[in-house]
Amino acid sequence: MDKKFLYYLIKRVLLAIVTIFLVVTITFFIMNFIPGGPFLSEKSVTETTLAALNAKFGLDKPVGEQYLNYLKGAITFDFGPSMKMDGREVTDVIMEGFSTSAKLGIIAAASAIVLGLILGSLAAVFHNKLVDRIIMVVSTAFVAMPSFIVATLLLWIFCVQMKVLPANGQTAAGLILPIISLMLYPMAYIIRLTRSSMLDVLGQDYIRTAKAKGVAPSMVLFKHALRNAVTPVITYAGPMVAFILTGSLVVEKIFAVPGLGKYFVSSIINRDYTMIMGTTIFLAIIVVVMMLLSDILYKLFDPRVDLS
Amino acid sequence: MSKNVDTLPEKNPLSFQLDLSKWEKASSEEKEQQIIERESVTFFKDGMRRLWKNKVAITCAFILIFIILAVIIIPMVYPYTYDQQLSIAEKGKLPDSSYNNLGPMEYSNTEKKMIEEGKDVFPHLLGTDSLGRDYFIRVIYGTRISLSVGLFASVIVLIIGTLYGSIAGYFGGKVDLIMMRIVDIIYSLPDMLMVILFSVVFQQTLEPLIAGTFLAKLGTGMISIFLVFALLYWVSMARLIRGQILSIKQQEFILTAKALGAKPSRIIRKHLLPNCISVIVISTALQIPNAIFTESFLSFLGLGVSIPMPSLGSLANENLSYIYSDVYRLLVPALTICMIVLSLNLFGDGLRDAFDPKQKK
Repeated sequence: MDKKFLYYLIKRVLLAIVTIFLVVTITFFIMNFIPGGPFLSEKSVTETTLAALNAKFGLDKPVGEQYLNYLKGAITFDFGPSMKMDGREVTDVIMEGFSTSAKLGIIAAASAIVLGLILGSLAAVFHNKLVDRIIMVVSTAFVAMPSFIVATLLLWIFCVQMKVLPANGQTAAGLILPIISLMLYPMAYIIRLTRSSMLDVLGQDYIRTAKAKGVAPSMVLFKHALRNAVTPVITYAGPMVAFILTGSLVVEKIFAVPGLGKYFVSSIINRDYTMIMGTTIFLAIIVVVMMLLSDILYKLFDPRVDLS
Repeated sequence: MSKNVDTLPEKNPLSFQLDLSKWEKASSEEKEQQIIERESVTFFKDGMRRLWKNKVAITCAFILIFIILAVIIIPMVYPYTYDQQLSIAEKGKLPDSSYNNLGPMEYSNTEKKMIEEGKDVFPHLLGTDSLGRDYFIRVIYGTRISLSVGLFASVIVLIIGTLYGSIAGYFGGKVDLIMMRIVDIIYSLPDMLMVILFSVVFQQTLEPLIAGTFLAKLGTGMISIFLVFALLYWVSMARLIRGQILSIKQQEFILTAKALGAKPSRIIRKHLLPNCISVIVISTALQIPNAIFTESFLSFLGLGVSIPMPSLGSLANENLSYIYSDVYRLLVPALTICMIVLSLNLFGDGLRDAFDPKQKK
């Protein structure tokens, strides 16, 4: 590992740490910005109950102390008790929901990458032929569809009209549609990325050399071309995780999947402030770490990339 | 060439003046060769020609124009409004609950009676919703709101991004370094999560601040969307503009302008920005669908525009439960969003191909 790369690595990790710190700070102060505190909206709270509630959540202390406490909690991954779900710790709720959401997200991401690479390469190989046209039309259409619309359309087609899949995401079969709705947009995006970089690579001299040497066409495609065409897809890994995470908020709501997204949406509706803060920070950390990983992988994969 | 070339003053033997007698006049045939057959084309005309050839982009442009005209004209002539609850009758009359949840082209009891009496009643093209509001006009209004949110949000991004990017790019050095570090940090924040967070908070805090002003009419949801765009989404525009300015400012005409004593603001306004106008226009065009996407997402989570104002996202959200009975109520706003975003995407791509061929991916 050369010095330049190490320097880049340190810089990039520092930026990630600063970002996470900033997310925690922004989240804390912006939530404190709401006038009257989180319990004012409750219907009938007497003065004493309010004081007791504030004391329970540490809201009676000065803001600076609250902030330091929260920061300390965030480092040890302790976001305090939920304000609306009685007797439950935010961290526990997050972990419980996240196990389902992670399953969903990982399957969706993996299938998006695999299908995207295959279809994108196909489109490039059959450039301007019918296969290419069909793949491009479909992927252009999917890029224009927000995930909640894909989800509702799938729900309507497969659960209401054809009645082949359950509309409820609590069983294994019920997770198929949520996964597809999360997968389509990233898949379409990866198809477009792969196709354009593949076209670029296929036009280069070393591919012609390989063909001239008599290497089998499938070998040329998978061994020589795909390896180089895959680098732009790596840069998309970070944004894809961000997209799937936010997409899962609405998709889980539509299919009633008991994941983190469902808790997050209901905490927004119930104004459960500690839950909103905890989930935001948790999801933000995942996104930032994924961005970091995809940036570093990209530099490792393609040594030609300028590190400055 | 007003001077007669045949009668030039006599040649001084020492001068380098041409001796015309040694030259032959061009024949008319030869002159013809010099005529420029193609009219000189300006950059704009050339781009428009290329754009016009792109059938997909032009079709999308017509679809968009049609939608825009529809959302402007229809509310002017349509007899119902988006927040009028038809079931609530004038004072002294009983409310007519048969107005609620009408199917497409159905009539309520009151209206049936009026038709029997021979009066003209305008049909409910898409029926009514559960509160007795005409659904067609709500979709039209929703489209109007989604489009204007997209447009205004993009204009905000355009203004802030251009200003910031051009200052950083022009001054370079330390200024650029500091300004771009700020951009880096904002860029690495997970935007959707921040959008949700900001929307939650702005909805709570803005209400008392704007009460009574014209802003109250817009609703806190809408303002928080604009604020969020102004706070977070300008960074990619700023990066783009900075890159452009950095490369343009190396050219000689900028040096000339500086030597002539032009102030930085003048150089940026008159020399640098006009040269990146195509990049600015293209990325603004591609920003609009992005903003519509975000707005519909927030509205779907219940954080977007405030009731009773509809947007396409909130209409889809409200009518999610009708998926088993009246599915058109869900499909109409959902497919409208898809059509608008798709048309804007394809038109933006067409613009990019026509006016900035280098950027083509």
